[in-house]
Amino acid sequence: MSQSHATGHDEIDHHDHDHHDSGGDTVFGFWIYIMSDCILFATLFATYAVLSGGYAGGLTPKDLFDLNFVAVETALLLFSSFTFGMAMLYANKRHMKGMISWLVVTLALGLGFLGMELYEFYHFSSEGATPQSSAYWSAFYALVATHGLHVLGGCIWMLVLFAHFKRDGFTEDNLVRLSCLSLFWHFLDIIWICVFSVVYLLGVM
Amino acid sequence: MSTATATDHSHGGAAHGSVKEYVIGLMLSIVLTAIPFSVLMYDLLTPVLTLTVILVCAIAQIFVQLIFFLHMNSSSEQIWNTTSAVFVVLIVAIVVIGSIWIMEHLNHNMLMGH
Repeated sequence: MSQSHATGHDEIDHHDHDHHDSGGDTVFGFWIYIMSDCILFATLFATYAVLSGGYAGGLTPKDLFDLNFVAVETALLLFSSFTFGMAMLYANKRHMKGMISWLVVTLALGLGFLGMELYEFYHFSSEGATPQSSAYWSAFYALVATHGLHVLGGCIWMLVLFAHFKRDGFTEDNLVRLSCLSLFWHFLDIIWICVFSVVYLLGVM
Repeated sequence: MSTATATDHSHGGAAHGSVKEYVIGLMLSIVLTAIPFSVLMYDLLTPVLTLTVILVCAIAQIFVQLIFFLHMNSSSEQIWNTTSAVFVVLIVAIVVIGSIWIMEHLNHNMLMGH
């Protein structure tokens, strides 16, 4: 680390690359967290796969899943991943207004996704598919709601980052935080690819 | 090394992208999402082929997002990101395939007992 600080001095005008030298370790540490989160989701997917036939004579996914609804959810999350990328590009250019605008769009898309998911859970529950209904629905809610909670966590994190950027501007710490959230947000989209493929698409087959 | 890290801005997982990269990633993701959805919605293929299309598109889209959104590559700065990811893929495969395999056999043996 001391070495990278020493080299940082003679590139003082390359200021926008410097923060990574000290922040790289933090971002890499966060990457390791994301990898461990992958294993958490792997166990939930494995549980889901093992219990995927356990309807206990009750409702099956075919009765309830609506692919059009899931397609819209997927679109919201995919576009939010894209808009976060745009925000990162503006952050690299130290363009506050552009970055905040794209982040607000990202947050809106994320909240839209959460709203749809909550509505879906409410709809399924009122139709009679609650986590208590059968092994299948327990595994379904555990998996999908864990992803939803991660999205909620990402949204709250984004709000906290707004406050940080408002107070301190483009500091090294804030850019490292933003890089971590960016990894997290893209990671959630990748998990959602697995969710809609395995749970929803294979579920209605 | 220090000049490489100063010009090539990808250290420990935080590489920068470009608008072009994100747009290509978005387009490919949309296509790879639309294919499995439309195959299922309009019932275009046999069940086995549908299953194959869904899984292939999912894996392809994961790679698209890793490359175009997370900017993973094989450069030396990213070697530990990639190494840890490969390790996690192995663990995930063991957890998922292993669980399904074991539980299938258990189910099978339970039925044989009756």
